[in-house]
Parts: sequence; structure tokens; C-alpha cells
Amino acid sequence: MEKQHNWPLWEIFIRSKQGLDHKHVGSLHAADAAMAIANARDVYTRRMEGISIWVVESKYVHASNPDEAESFYDPASDKVYRHPTFYDLPDELKHM
Amino acid sequence: MKAQHTIDYALHLADDALVLGHRNSEWTGHGPILEQDIALSNIALDLIGQARYLYQYAARLMNATAASGKPEVTEDILAYLRDSWDFRNCLLVEQTNGDWGRTVLRQFFFSAYQYYFYRELQQSRDTELAAIAEKSLKEVTYHLRWSSEWVIRLGDGTEESHTRMVAALDGLWMYTGELFLPADYERSLSPGGIAVDLAVIQPFWEERVREVLQEATLALPSAVAQKGGKQGRHTEQLGFLLAEMQFLQRAYPGCEW
Repeated sequence: MEKQHNWPLWEIFIRSKQGLDHKHVGSLHAADAAMAIANARDVYTRRMEGISIWVVESKYVHASNPDEAESFYDPASDKVYRHPTFYDLPDELKHM
Repeated sequence: MKAQHTIDYALHLADDALVLGHRNSEWTGHGPILEQDIALSNIALDLIGQARYLYQYAARLMNATAASGKPEVTEDILAYLRDSWDFRNCLLVEQTNGDWGRTVLRQFFFSAYQYYFYRELQQSRDTELAAIAEKSLKEVTYHLRWSSEWVIRLGDGTEESHTRMVAALDGLWMYTGELFLPADYERSLSPGGIAVDLAVIQPFWEERVREVLQEATLALPSAVAQKGGKQGRHTEQLGFLLAEMQFLQRAYPGCEW
């Protein structure tokens, strides 16, 4: 039981069908990348959820800090002019 | 007569798959880590699924040739109400799980066999068997890959894992020879026609096993082959397995849930 805790954690991304993006579906433990892909196949695609698997060792994922959420995201809330729908288009302009 | 041989042959293949599937299912909830618990349970389900197709086929043949008035045979009756001397599985699949190393080595030996076996069976003149083989081969291809990786990982792993794999090899190797000894019902189904000619797939199996064991730094043992399972002469292990697997149907006949 001690050893399994030494296995690194991997983030799993599955593409559900051709043309769609790989989406994060969860994480699991594995000794290396090959085992991570095999484990992901067995854990996350057993009900036909996917046609392609990406694995990334979790330590290589860098995340934004939740404590900085206010300064990171709130300033965008009153900037409606950043949306293209904010602008009135001239009538001559079609197909937008 | 040929129908009886085909029935025996289908039962032999079904029993192989069911018994190993049941053995693997004994790990469900007890796997070394969650991911491998699921992996082995998936393999168990694949094998039990293969067994079901084969039992259904055997039951259809039995009902078609049975004297009128005899009760209908079903896949459940074949799986749950036959005794160990009726089972025609090879001795390898009934051997106990032991540790994880022994379980994955048993799976590797059998998956390598099933892989080449089903590949040939796809060409069978019996279209039903050929169709089952085609469907099963995809599953077995993954079982072989999965079990090969584990054998290599543990054989070429730590000192302890290597020691355990050597012990597993010593305990299981003697049961591999039987895989390639045709029973009477196989010989009579014109090997290469309906049944698979085991002499054709044996060299492929040996080559694959040699490669994987070599990469796993494990030496090929030489041991006398144990045989008899395909004719219904089993090791004591099968009796215990059937006692557990068949308990419910024996104690409560016809019970459903």
C-alpha cells in the first residue's frame, strides 16, 4: 500500500469523437505514461466515451491561484465593449 | 457425430473463458490499486461475454439435436449446473490467483494463446465460431498488450517483484503445454477446417512468450506438461471455483435477480 502512493498522478484528457477537442475527464495514478494511457483506457473509456487519450503528469500543469480570482477575473465584468455585439454595424455591412 | 464434436468444442472454448473470467472477477474490489482493479474486472467481463456467446451457440446445437420432450438447454444451465468432470477448460485457467504477479502471468500465457487462436478461428468453416472469434480478437488484443506490459514491468522490476515472477513462472509453466495438445473432439473437427490447428499457432505462441519473458529478464523453465483438463480431468482447484460460482443456482434453482 505504501508504494502506490509513490506513483505519480496524471491528468487525463479524452476526445469523444473526431473533430472535437480533448476534454479533461479526471486524474489517476500510474507508474509511467504508458501505464497512464492504459489505465485511462480502462477507467475512462469503458462505456465508449472516447477515441483518443492524452495524459499529462499533474506536476506539469500550472494553475492560476484561486486567491487571486478577484484581481484576475472581476475586472472583465464591466468591459462589455470587448464583445463584438457591443458595436452597431453599418447597414451596408452584410454577413456578419 | 460432428454436431456433438462441435458442441464439445464450443463448450471447451466457453469453459476456458468462463473459468478464467471467474478467476479474474475474484480480484474485483481487491485489486492492488483502483485503476488495475477496474482493468482486470474489464478483462473478466470480456471473457465472460465470450463464454456467453459460446454457451449460447452450444445450447442451440444441443437443442437442435435433442430428442423431443427433453428440457431446453440454456447458457445458464451450461455454466451453473454442470459438474467439474463436464468442464473442458484447460488446467491453466483454473489455477488460483495467488499474488498479482501470478494472476498477470496466467493472463499473459492465456491471452497470447487466445490471440493466435482466435486469429485462426476467424477462418473457420463454422461461420458462427468465426464470427465469435472476430469479435473476441479485438478484446484479446488488448488483454495481451496489458498482460505483456505487466509481466515485463514486474519481471524487470524490483528484486521482490522479480522473485515473485520467478515463483509464478515455476507454478504455472507446467500448465501451458496442454494448450497445444488437441483433445479428441478437436482432432475430429478437421484442424484447419472447423477447429484451429493447434500445431499452427504453437510456434507463434512460443515466439511471443520467449520475447516477453526475455524482456522481463525471466528464464524459460522446462517442466513436464500437466494435462487432462480438456477431457474433464481437473486439478482440485476447479471444484472449489465451481462450488462458489454455482452456489446460488444450486441452492436456489432458477433464481433470478
